[in-house]
Amino acid sequence: MDDRFFVHREEYPITAGDFSAAGDASARIKYVLRKLGIDSALVRRAAIAAYESEINMVIHSAGGTLTLTVDRDTIRLLARDRGPGIPDIDLAMQEGYSTATEAIRELGFGAGMGLPNMRRCSDRFTIRSSPGGTVIDMEFTIGKESG
Amino acid sequence: MEREVFFACGSDLMSDVLAYVGQQTLLLTGLTNAQVLRTAEMTDVSAIVFVRGKKPGEELRSMARALGIALMSTGLTMYEACGTLYMQGLPGRMPGHG
Repeated sequence: MDDRFFVHREEYPITAGDFSAAGDASARIKYVLRKLGIDSALVRRAAIAAYESEINMVIHSAGGTLTLTVDRDTIRLLARDRGPGIPDIDLAMQEGYSTATEAIRELGFGAGMGLPNMRRCSDRFTIRSSPGGTVIDMEFTIGKESG
Repeated sequence: MEREVFFACGSDLMSDVLAYVGQQTLLLTGLTNAQVLRTAEMTDVSAIVFVRGKKPGEELRSMARALGIALMSTGLTMYEACGTLYMQGLPGRMPGHG
């Protein structure tokens, strides 16, 4: 089969406040990436970034989607939510800054490490936000780990 | 179930675990919610010790079986459990050091 134009794409809905389902999409993403035969260290980086973005959407947003696209060279994770947006992105990108409630912290999250960790795990990271929603676009280069 | 680990990390903050844990690491925690298992799954943590006598419920146990993650429990506090393992030669790993 000519796989030059091979693209794998899946989209997962993320429900606001549903902590019991948080991680289901990321677990599926990790499974798919493994099945595609992608290097385990890269799968791990992408899975952590996916999970951080999923948790963030569950905690902070009105819900959204997480989209996985894989072609020969790149894994792309696109997290899009329906608001309320991040007023100060520079502040939100600082390690330790968090607006999470005490209840969220008791569950083990809200330490203000999510966005910085997504940026650290990905090879390319962009974020834009408005009251209508936040879009986080992350790319991971396939073949970097082994080469 | 047999799992080999070279490092350990003790934390009740899954945010920190996601940011700092490397592969083949043992996780010690006092949290017993499903997100502990999800965090372990994403970071390739293969074994978890629940401290302070915490016991995981059936939901967590069946999830761990499905994921191939070993679960253990100790009555020791986090400090004592980490100290005991550290004294036996199981190191931690600082971020950015391999």
